[in-house]
Amino acid sequence: MSHHEWTDDQPIVSINNVHKSFGNLEVLKGISMDVMKGEVICIIGPSGSGKSTLIRCVNALNDIQSGSIKVEGLEVNDKDLNKLELRKKVGMVFQQYNLFPHKTALENIMMAPIKVLKQDRAEVEERARGLIAKVRLQGKEGAYPGELSGGQQQRVAIARSLAMSPDIMLFDEVTAALDPETVKEVLVTIKDLAEEGMTCMLVTHEMGFAKEIADHIYFTDRGVIVEHGPPATFFDKAEDPRTREFLSQIL
Amino acid sequence: MLEAFTEFFRQLADDYPRWNFIFFHEPRQWARIVKGLQHTIVLSFACVIFSVIIGVVGAWMQSSPSVWIRRFVQGYIQFFRNTPPFVQLLFFYFALGQFTPAVTGPDGWTQVPLISNIGWAIISLSFFAGAFNVEIFRSGIEAVPESTQEAASALGFSRLQTYTDIVLPLAFRVSLPALNNNLVNLVKTTTQAIAIAVPELLYQSVSIWSDYPSAQYPTMILLFFSFIFLVGILVFGMSRWERSMRIPGYGG
Ligand SMILES: Nc1ncnc2c1ncn2[C@@H]1O[C@H](COP(=O)(O)OP(=O)(O)O)[C@@H](O)[C@H]1O
Ligand SMILES: [Mg+2]
Repeated sequence: MSHHEWTDDQPIVSINNVHKSFGNLEVLKGISMDVMKGEVICIIGPSGSGKSTLIRCVNALNDIQSGSIKVEGLEVNDKDLNKLELRKKVGMVFQQYNLFPHKTALENIMMAPIKVLKQDRAEVEERARGLIAKVRLQGKEGAYPGELSGGQQQRVAIARSLAMSPDIMLFDEVTAALDPETVKEVLVTIKDLAEEGMTCMLVTHEMGFAKEIADHIYFTDRGVIVEHGPPATFFDKAEDPRTREFLSQIL
Repeated sequence: MLEAFTEFFRQLADDYPRWNFIFFHEPRQWARIVKGLQHTIVLSFACVIFSVIIGVVGAWMQSSPSVWIRRFVQGYIQFFRNTPPFVQLLFFYFALGQFTPAVTGPDGWTQVPLISNIGWAIISLSFFAGAFNVEIFRSGIEAVPESTQEAASALGFSRLQTYTDIVLPLAFRVSLPALNNNLVNLVKTTTQAIAIAVPELLYQSVSIWSDYPSAQYPTMILLFFSFIFLVGILVFGMSRWERSMRIPGYGG
C-alpha cells in the first residue's frame, strides 16, 4: 500500500472496482467512482440496487470483498485500517436519524468530540451551540430527540456529524422518512453545507434537489453504475433504457 | 413509654404462651435481632452492587466477537441459574474455602481464613443473582436498535465507548422492571446464607426460637415484617431511580 500524502488535486474519495456480497447475494458488482474535494455527488437508483451499501462502505460500516476505496489516500479495505482515523474524516447521516435518545440535542452534538476526540468541554459546547444555530434550531438545545419532529431530529443529526469536523459527508436518503413539509428544511441545511464547499455524497430520491446541487449524478441498478454525468446531460440525455425508465417513473 | 411497650409484650407472653415476642421485652434477644438485621443489610447491599456489576460486565462479554468468551459466559449462566443457591453456598464455603489461604487473626496468633463465611456468602450470592442479571441486561441490550450503535461507530466511538455511553444507559432503562424483580429475590435469598452460619436475620431468628420455642411464631412474624421493610426500601429506591432516568418523549 502506498503511504504517500494525499493532496487535494487527487480524488478525495476514490472507489475502484468494488465488489461486495452479503453471503451469496452480490450487492456491488464492480463499482468505481472518483469524488473531488468540494464536489457534491448524488447516487440515485431503484430500491435494493446497493446505494446504501455503497456509501456505507466508504466509512467502513460495511466491509468489501475486493477492490479499493481510498479516502484522502487512506485505504478503507485494509485489515489494519485505523477506523477512528477514517471516521474523523467522514461524517454520516442516516435515513432514521439515529440520535441518542437519552441525550438532549446539544448533548448529542457534544458527545463524540468530548468522548472520542477528548476535546475540551467548554470549547465543544461553544461549537455545538454554533452548529445548532447553523441548522436553525436555536431554542431546542435542551430538547430530547423524542420531543423533536423528524426534520428537527435530522438537522440535529447533521449537526452531530459536523461537530467532528469531517471533510466528507455521507447522506443516505436523509429525507425519505420525513413529512413533505419538513423535507425542505433538511434540504436547505444540506444545500448550505454544499455551498460552503463540503464534499458530499448523497443517496436521494429528491430529483429536483439532485439536479440543483449535484456536480455529478450516478445511476445505479442491481449493483452496477449504469450511467453517470453532470445533471444537465444526465437528466436530459440519459441513454440507457433503465435510466430513462427510472427517471420517467420518479419525475 | 418504652416501659409500657415492653410490659405489654411481657404480659402478652404470660397470657398467651405461644405468642412470646421475646425480642421486645428481653434486651439480649433484641440485640440478636439487631445484629441479624445488620448482617442481612450488609449482605443484601453488597450482593446487589456486585451482582449488578457482574450483570453489566457479563452482558458486555456476551457481545464479544470471541466465541470462547461468549461460551464461557453462557456456561457461567447455565451453572448458576440452574443449580440451587443453597448448594452453591455450601460448595463455595466448604469446597472452595479450603483452598483459600489463611492469615493471622487480629489476636496475633490464631489462623483465620482470608475469606470469611460472610465473604463467601457475598461471592456466592452475587454470582447467583449476577447470572440472572446478565440475561436481564442482555435482553435490554437487544432492545437497543443496531442503527443507534451504528451511528455511534460512524462518529468514531469504540466498541467499549458505545457500550458504556449509549447501549448500557438505554438498556438499563429497558431492564429495570426485570432487574427489580431479581434484586427483590436476591434480598430474600440472603436468608440462605444460614447454610454457612452467616449470622444474618434468619440465623438469629432460628437461634432465638431454638432457645425459646414459645417465640417461634412471633419471630417468624418479625422476619416477614423485616423483609417487607427491606424489600420496600429497595423497591422505593429503584423506582426513584427509574423516574430520575426517564427521558421526555422516549419509551413507556
Ligand atoms: N446487512 C445485510 N445483510 C444481508 N443483505 C443485505 C444487508 N444490507 C443490505 N442487504 C441487501 O443488499 C441489497 C442492497 O441493499 P441496499 O444497499 O440497502 O440498497 P438500496 O440502498 O439501494 O435500497 C438488498 O437486496 C438488501 O436486501
Ligand atoms: Mg438504501
